[in-house]
Amino acid sequence: MSESNEFVRQVAEKKYEFGFTTDVHTEIIEKGLNEDVVRLISQKKGEPEWLLQFRLDAYRYWLTQTQPSWAHVHLPEIDYQAMSYYADPTAKSKEGPKSLDEIDPELMKTFDKLGIPLEERLALSGTAVDAVMDSVSVKTTFKEKLSEKGIIFCSISEAVREHPDLVKQYLGSVVPPKDNYFAALNSAVFSDGSFVYIPKNTRCPMELSTYFRINARNTGQFERTLIVCDEGSYVSYLEGCTAPMRDENQLHAAIVEIVVMDNAEVKYSTVQNWYPGDAEGRGGVLNLVTKRGDLRGVNSKLSWTQVETGSAITWKYPSCILRGDGSQAEFYSVAVTNNHQEADTGTKMIHLGRNTRSTIISKGISAGKSQNSYRGLVRVGKHADGARNYSSCDSLLLGNECGAHTFPYMDIHNNTATVEHEATTSKINEDQLFYCNQRGISTEEAVGLIVNGYAKEVINKLPMEFAVEAQKLLSVSLEGTVG
Amino acid sequence: MLKIENLHAKVGDKEILKGVSLTINDGEIHALMGTNGAGKSTLSNVIVGNPSYEVTEGSITFNAQDLLAMSPEERAHAGIFMSFQAPIEIPGVSMTNFMRAAVNARREAQGKEPLKSTDFLKIMREKRKLVEIDQKLMNRSVNEGFSGGERKRNEIFQMAMLEPTFCILDETDSGLDVDALRIVAEGFNKLRTAETSAVVITHYQRLLDYIRPDFVHVLIDGHIVKSGTAELAQQIEEKGFDWIKEELG
Repeated sequence: MSESNEFVRQVAEKKYEFGFTTDVHTEIIEKGLNEDVVRLISQKKGEPEWLLQFRLDAYRYWLTQTQPSWAHVHLPEIDYQAMSYYADPTAKSKEGPKSLDEIDPELMKTFDKLGIPLEERLALSGTAVDAVMDSVSVKTTFKEKLSEKGIIFCSISEAVREHPDLVKQYLGSVVPPKDNYFAALNSAVFSDGSFVYIPKNTRCPMELSTYFRINARNTGQFERTLIVCDEGSYVSYLEGCTAPMRDENQLHAAIVEIVVMDNAEVKYSTVQNWYPGDAEGRGGVLNLVTKRGDLRGVNSKLSWTQVETGSAITWKYPSCILRGDGSQAEFYSVAVTNNHQEADTGTKMIHLGRNTRSTIISKGISAGKSQNSYRGLVRVGKHADGARNYSSCDSLLLGNECGAHTFPYMDIHNNTATVEHEATTSKINEDQLFYCNQRGISTEEAVGLIVNGYAKEVINKLPMEFAVEAQKLLSVSLEGTVG
Repeated sequence: MLKIENLHAKVGDKEILKGVSLTINDGEIHALMGTNGAGKSTLSNVIVGNPSYEVTEGSITFNAQDLLAMSPEERAHAGIFMSFQAPIEIPGVSMTNFMRAAVNARREAQGKEPLKSTDFLKIMREKRKLVEIDQKLMNRSVNEGFSGGERKRNEIFQMAMLEPTFCILDETDSGLDVDALRIVAEGFNKLRTAETSAVVITHYQRLLDYIRPDFVHVLIDGHIVKSGTAELAQQIEEKGFDWIKEELG
């Protein structure tokens, strides 16, 4: 019995093809969290006094709070003293790598294996990458080329050193340190992430992307991303993430802040493939993230597109504050849960400006014994004349042991608002699969076809190279779910 | 050649087929007639391997292979095709993508490379003309929003794409008006080669006017009780099944 369980487990785990570890010298600070640890992180990154104070204030606030439990997930009790808050796989070179030659070949190999070559000549055409492993940015490509246009694309640690005024102006302005429990934790101990600044009237000529990789054991990852798109500018940004397979949970508590000025547009796409745990629900990443965009300018646009297949628990609501008159926001999401995964995800659309518009398209796919919830808030403030929202939330079930849930909230304070909500639940049935089988299509391929058809509306919003990846990922995540 | 011997099958706890034997040689058309619930659809579903039906006894071989040991998709790859009585809707999957997956799955099983997009679309165009099926249906999801007649025509279109050697037409004529019936039947006849064999399940002579059977079998209560030539179908059209039941006593 246990032997066959082991076999099932191996088969299940084989499907997570990014589950390897990299053997690289990593400087990891001692486990545990206290003010000294916060100071140590700040010191390692050579931060100015104001940022240390920002961290300490956040830490002190966090201490007064308790971990929230209202989501429709079973978040285990997290022992915040049992993990390390800083792991540096590039520790050998103190100043951070200056050229490719200084990067440990093992790190280069790792990112190659993940399909993210760090040599610019090998890179996906038209994409610049910031590659982050554990707490440190390993390399940012095409930085010089972008700087010719005045675009800043670098790790947030570097931005603190090189562009302190910009960081100081915007950091915490969208997600304040006291926003929520995990935001406070992140603000206290955040390590690396990306910083993007697009100057006025500039169309960013490449896709910008950040690839996050967890490698070290018993560490948490607390990345921080800040994107500022100035008046009349445009940028498309993509984040991807993977982690090794481990029997214990690993915490990932990130913050993403986006500021969009007058007539500017930001597209933010996520392909989230953190390790989801094994078939019995052991291990996996706890993905607790605060993502928010502030559409400060008139006629500004922001769209969040997410394909979520990984993590043991996903708990996040990429949100938009539609502050500028005429601003437009979109949220397109596919969330897949399989085995024992749990997701409680959706968005918040806060309409404050006049004639603001938002669209929410959410597709949940549940398989195995997983639980998948959509939770979304549409709020229309009392001055938001002519605000419009359209929400559509669909759930697709594979099998009889999984669950799909929808929690839509509406909070409307202006009687000129138009708010629409539609929801459907459907199930892949055996007749459909048999029809495909009779035409020579295997059950797994049939599930892939059906799921990709179902998710098409969202996948089509991704930049093309990543849409292909996302399609494959959907099929792989659901292999073996219908038998 | 398909050879069925002493086949028993059940759905749930109910035994439907109670010992059916039938041999269909290459190039032969066999019509299968019988009262409702006699087991006609069960027989065809067992041949294509529908998991809702359980074989309790007997065997089926297809070109000397043990068909019952093969998965439904392996049977399809071996050249078996069924035109469904009630074709299923698959929302979100376009006919074009569905056909591409089916054609390439079969090619893969035969050790061939997947078809290039341009070649595939060219074949689609040619085959569509055979059954006079509208291009706009190809961009829709499989069978979604298709009329009854369009669905049946779509089944024969799929048959054209997959070029099977053994076909089951399960009440392909039901729900078709006279013109559609002629187009579908003529489409089938155009697709036939000297080796193509088929089982045609129908309640009516009119389909058999187009698709001339070499043999006609009557299935009643899970047994083939009478076999004959095309005239048998005409007799049934005129007199129903009661006289056969009386003959049996």
